[in-house]
Amino acid sequence: MAKVKNSAESVNGDRFKFEYAPAPEAIDMVKIKKENKLFINGKWVSGKSEKFFETINPANGEKLAELTEADAQDVDRAVKAARKAFNGEWSKISGKERGRYLFRIARIIQERSRELAVLETMDNGKPIKESRDFDVPQLAANFFYFAGWADKLEYLFNGKSVQPLGIAGQIIPWNFPLLMAAWKLAPALAAGNCVVLKPAETTSLTALLLTEIIEESGLPAGVVNVITGAGKTGAALVNHPDVDKIAFTGSTEVGKTIARSTVKSKKILTLELGGKSAHIVYEDAAIEQAVEAVVGGIYFNQGHVCCAGSRLLVEESIAPVFVHKLKHRMASLRVGDPLDKNTDIGAINSRSELDKIKKLVAAARNEGYEYFETAATALPEKGYFINPCFFNNVASSANICRREVFGPVLAIQTFRTPAEAIKKANDTAYGLAAGIWSEKGSKIHKTAAGLKAGVIWANTYNKFDPASPFGGYNESGWGREGGRHGLLSYVEVK
Amino acid sequence: MQNGISIQKHDGVHVPILAEPIDEVMLGERALSFTRRSIKKQSKLAAIYKCIEMIDLTTLEGADTIGKVRQLCSKARFPVTAEFSEELSHYKNFKAVPTVAAVCVYPAMVATAKEALAGTKIRVASVATAFPAGQILLETRLRDVRDAVSAGADEIDMVINRGAFLTGDYQTVYDEIVQVKEVCGDTHLKVILETGELATCDNVRLASEIAMQAGADFIKTSTGKVSPAATMPVTLIMLQAILDFYERTGKIIGMKPAGGIRNAKQAIHYLCMVNEVMGPRWLTPELFRFGASSLLNDLLKQVYKQITGRYAYEKSFSLD
Repeated sequence: MAKVKNSAESVNGDRFKFEYAPAPEAIDMVKIKKENKLFINGKWVSGKSEKFFETINPANGEKLAELTEADAQDVDRAVKAARKAFNGEWSKISGKERGRYLFRIARIIQERSRELAVLETMDNGKPIKESRDFDVPQLAANFFYFAGWADKLEYLFNGKSVQPLGIAGQIIPWNFPLLMAAWKLAPALAAGNCVVLKPAETTSLTALLLTEIIEESGLPAGVVNVITGAGKTGAALVNHPDVDKIAFTGSTEVGKTIARSTVKSKKILTLELGGKSAHIVYEDAAIEQAVEAVVGGIYFNQGHVCCAGSRLLVEESIAPVFVHKLKHRMASLRVGDPLDKNTDIGAINSRSELDKIKKLVAAARNEGYEYFETAATALPEKGYFINPCFFNNVASSANICRREVFGPVLAIQTFRTPAEAIKKANDTAYGLAAGIWSEKGSKIHKTAAGLKAGVIWANTYNKFDPASPFGGYNESGWGREGGRHGLLSYVEVK
Repeated sequence: MQNGISIQKHDGVHVPILAEPIDEVMLGERALSFTRRSIKKQSKLAAIYKCIEMIDLTTLEGADTIGKVRQLCSKARFPVTAEFSEELSHYKNFKAVPTVAAVCVYPAMVATAKEALAGTKIRVASVATAFPAGQILLETRLRDVRDAVSAGADEIDMVINRGAFLTGDYQTVYDEIVQVKEVCGDTHLKVILETGELATCDNVRLASEIAMQAGADFIKTSTGKVSPAATMPVTLIMLQAILDFYERTGKIIGMKPAGGIRNAKQAIHYLCMVNEVMGPRWLTPELFRFGASSLLNDLLKQVYKQITGRYAYEKSFSLD
């Protein structure tokens, strides 16, 4: 068979290198204001303290805009506006009418989808292909989905009435700024609540653009109020006495602080926190596709995903083959300019996150675990970038196997039996998600039954639908968002 | 993972046929990801030239005549007119338009094609083994191959016995390919799986393994006579099978998607897939071909567009 004419050696001389020329998405449709205000009671207003802070583009470190730092007085104004709307016009509007506002918002999101996607990429650092094909379509889908619930709520429980909670304080993370805002805003509004929303301090610009869309929809003043700021602003919202519910997505550490500080209040909490989710690959899996899902599971959105499959549990009999294929697949990942349509892995959201990831990687390397990193492209000189990597043959006791890295870092372990896979998968403080790969249905069901995780994917990973509840066990949080379950966390049943 | 299928070689040795299961959903997602690649400017032009070099310019019609085959061979030799090249040569990124890899015809047309392509590097590929159905006694199919080879074919595109495959008689599928290979001798053998009739992803993967074990130089998706013909997911299964086979045996097998690839954009998506799944080693006509007829003209239009920045007048190219 090894004929010379059919051997790749004969073409080595002039081997064609297929380089992808830069294909940057145009940014001209995005208008960023130099100074951004707060949105309170249907108006854009200055902060009382008139203090600003910068938001930067993590792909080049350059300043994008200045944001108002809302203080306790601003938070109070926002909560009062929300209360006024809740007691006034908003409570008189029918479910059907609320639904119409949400449908209108969803449609405007679709009309302005390109603008939203480009700004999300500029502010967050995620690849444009993800903001364009995942974040923004999901954003619209959530508004459409919950819009449909608004006029059906009253029929949900026979003979019982479903009532809104009142004022929801919503604190949004920086990893999916638009989508996480949708997860919170859409069900809250569908159920008839009023909202004070605080986006993450590094990624507020798209929340403000979404606020413009809400304004354009004609939603009554005070129903949605948006305040920008960092931890202090968030704390003022959490501690405000007239807030009925806090919905928080972010780190487990902050989640615990919120739980402690609200324990003696009337506030209802939903917390969507960290994870160290296990991706289990059995020897009878569709290997190539499992590799694909493992890569997507951990390297999607630079690994800034609470449900990232950051632990790979692979059956020992196929581990060498699997790791070999994983390395091969990773070699074609393109790290670089998030606005480039061919970029697979964009920028880490901030300098501090990058430093944190690097520190955890360095520590694990010092502990001597087998390390591998690769990419098809060289890292850009400016901005916050890191190559996707993994640690192989990691012990369950290792920090890299227990601590949430929230970056493109995978920890690989092996197992021998399904029981051991389940035991190892559950050996974590978290319990957000898990993935199972096997071509044998009974094995998937048996494994899923044993896993303590809120979301379990079989032969896929990172699949989302507005109708599906999302949330975790243990330190991954309290309550569920999405679907009917997510809606019920914004109502009282009377 | 072994599923227990093995093939007995002629020396009596049983060879296991590795058939990795395929998850169709995730396979489709991966295939789709290559269509999201955005290939622009100099990359696009380079890719278009590469695609032209990889074409097996094909005519496989009942109505084929000596005249029609000669026309096609002429198009293979001179894809564009001298006047067209002259016009483009004034632009700074101009490069002469390459010729295609091969012309693909029925056995009865091999002699005509050989004559028309004499003195060029363009190869003549002939379909054989009672293409496209293959539902004829083996001896007749082997005779078909012998005739095409003796008429001067450089490459033989055979079809596998799908009837045998779908009844689980993998040994017959294997044995027949081995026998065709023997008749081919040094003539390059492409084995058509007709993936549209194999229907499932697992079948495509298994058939790829059998064909490579039996001595295929290339594996090819389709005859073009069955729908669906080549698709990106099916091609991806076959590429991964080729890569696995290479890593196990050191043997390098080529890939030819055929049928349904009509425009430059699609072809470039395939090129991205080969590039990212296999690496640049496979980006050569020696290891990757497009079986296509209308693709060439769309590539030529894109050459003009990329070099001049303007769209070509639609009558700039002959319809062949």
